[in-house]
Amino acid sequence: MNQPRNFTVKALTRVEGAGGLRVRVEDGRVELVEFNIYEPPRFFERLLRGREVREVPDIVARICGICPVAYQVTACQALESALGIVVGPEIRLLRRLLACGEWLQSHALHIHMLHAPDFLGCDSCFTYPEAYAELLDRGLRMKAIGSRIIQVLGGRSVHPINVAVGGFHRAPDATAVRGLIPDLEWGMQAAFDTLATVSTFAFPDFTQSYECVSLRAPESYPMNEGRIVSSTSTGTAGLDIPIDDYPEHFVERQVPHSTALSSFILPGERPYLCGPLARLNNCLADLPDGARRAADTCGIEWPSRNIFHSIAARAIEVAASFEEALAIARICHASIAPCRIDSTPHAGTGSHATEAPRGLLYHRYEIGDDGLIAGATIIPPTSQNQAQIEADVRALLPGLLSFSDNDAAAGCERLIRSYDPCISCATHFLTLHIDRC
Amino acid sequence: MPKKPRLAVFKFASCDGCQLQVLDAQDSLLAIAERVEIAHFPEARSQSLAGPYDIGLVEGSISTPADIARIQEIRRECRFLVTIGACATAGGIQALRNWCRIDEVVGSVYASPVYVESLAQSTPISEHVPVDFELRGCPIDTGQLVELITAVVIGRQPRVPRHSVCVECKEAGTVCVTVAHGIACLGPATQAGCGAICPAHGRECFGCYGPAEQPNLVSLTGFYEHRGTPRPHLARLVRSFNAWAPDFRHEGDRLEHGTGADSP
Repeated sequence: MNQPRNFTVKALTRVEGAGGLRVRVEDGRVELVEFNIYEPPRFFERLLRGREVREVPDIVARICGICPVAYQVTACQALESALGIVVGPEIRLLRRLLACGEWLQSHALHIHMLHAPDFLGCDSCFTYPEAYAELLDRGLRMKAIGSRIIQVLGGRSVHPINVAVGGFHRAPDATAVRGLIPDLEWGMQAAFDTLATVSTFAFPDFTQSYECVSLRAPESYPMNEGRIVSSTSTGTAGLDIPIDDYPEHFVERQVPHSTALSSFILPGERPYLCGPLARLNNCLADLPDGARRAADTCGIEWPSRNIFHSIAARAIEVAASFEEALAIARICHASIAPCRIDSTPHAGTGSHATEAPRGLLYHRYEIGDDGLIAGATIIPPTSQNQAQIEADVRALLPGLLSFSDNDAAAGCERLIRSYDPCISCATHFLTLHIDRC
Repeated sequence: MPKKPRLAVFKFASCDGCQLQVLDAQDSLLAIAERVEIAHFPEARSQSLAGPYDIGLVEGSISTPADIARIQEIRRECRFLVTIGACATAGGIQALRNWCRIDEVVGSVYASPVYVESLAQSTPISEHVPVDFELRGCPIDTGQLVELITAVVIGRQPRVPRHSVCVECKEAGTVCVTVAHGIACLGPATQAGCGAICPAHGRECFGCYGPAEQPNLVSLTGFYEHRGTPRPHLARLVRSFNAWAPDFRHEGDRLEHGTGADSP
């Protein structure tokens, strides 16, 4: 038997935050795969205790600078549920427009600046091949439009300040919203061009059996509302539950190698997939018309069980976001009044889930008799994907073992990057340990 | 042509939002200084060029034992070290744990706290190494970042305002939310930089940019308390993203433990 070999390879870049990967191979068999998340814990759930209800959207935004809107809107809707507040259709529409803005900026960032370099043979958006300069320019403009939507509704694009429990602090300016229309019209077409480009990338042949988990809403692609559903690769339907039942069907486990709690679906504590590919697989029929046609004609067959197709799924969701945002902006004629439903905080519990750009985001809050937060549970998408990422690496590795350590690490890195993991983390490289016994 | 200044971006405990502002500034950065070489920016670039670096931007707070050693090394590699954002300059929202017992905090989130390496306190970079410049904000302002890098590249002092958010409200013609609506606003004691967006949206400033110079918080909170704002609310107001910044920290402690309000 050979001596065990340990490799440390600086790798997992172009993700939000970072993680490590530990792999042990014995006699050609993959014995151990651990996707480590080193993120220094920031203990938000504990630090929310004792805070005022109205402070929660501002505080939870700071969990993620890439998707603060998802955290804010999820928290607002969970707290509204706890307080018995029902917001009207205008506020729901504007929140959907906010979500479109966040999907656009997050997806455009990931597609063009973080992920595409894997397929273009460059190391970053700073070294794009000349032939793809137009793709990058288009991506930067898409990202700027997404940020602009958030700024118009939320006051600024990172950590918006206008999102409130019950609605908005100040009614969004309808004229400014309509001012977005020309950019949104450009974006719809641009998204089709981007999809056409990324659909032709050379995808590794890697088909897995996923249980896809997402929200599904009646007659619209899921963003801020819906029921939690799951589907399997054989097409059999799985879950179809109200959001409030989430804790009965999913469980979080702490593992020694990660500061993120890992989520599993019950029964049997199985890994599952959430995010753009899972959403698209579950809700293809709910895409708006233009995005649906683009999905059907892009050359990739949906539903897809190849995680590397996520970049195309994101491009389809970019098209859908532009299309939805445009439809909302066009009917935005007058500022809403009242823009917020106020309520004196009282004891209660409430939960909600939304589709953050990276997948299902679940919040649950308990409000005490004093009107302050008594308990909070927040389950972000990346911790839900953690177990599936490990399962995927396990499946991918046998095909990589004949490669050099650098190439094997790069292969794992590309796989993990397809998930767009958001690991807000202290360390800045993937440490790949391969113990080959 | 002189050698390109080399830029490096480092991250500690944070949300990545300030790094996103760096990416958002990409067009401007390239336009003002095509000579800047982005040598180390893991969130955006796979290849990492070894130090030393001319400008190091540090996001995030020091919160684990490993962080302490790493920031020392980064300091040695960077000629001009800039902290970006409330986490790096003041410890961030995660510094709220500095008022709690760490074992209780860890145990409240994790079933097996022994696996989690975490310092008792989340602290700013300047508590560990000398910092050449601090860029405030939660998140930082892209315009201020571009100004800072421009200034460093051409070798002058960055022009970043030290006055309060109040001045920005006056510049924007925003009606004062305290005067008009009786809202307890932290704007008079908070450094400018955001453009006073919260009062413009009819709500209080909650201190994203940290304390302004000589904030005189005792007088401000005394005024609000005198007008009927409950003291615990005022304590929470100064204890958010810059809670550990000395002026906010001391006022939060005074409000929590001190005796009666100082009447204005």
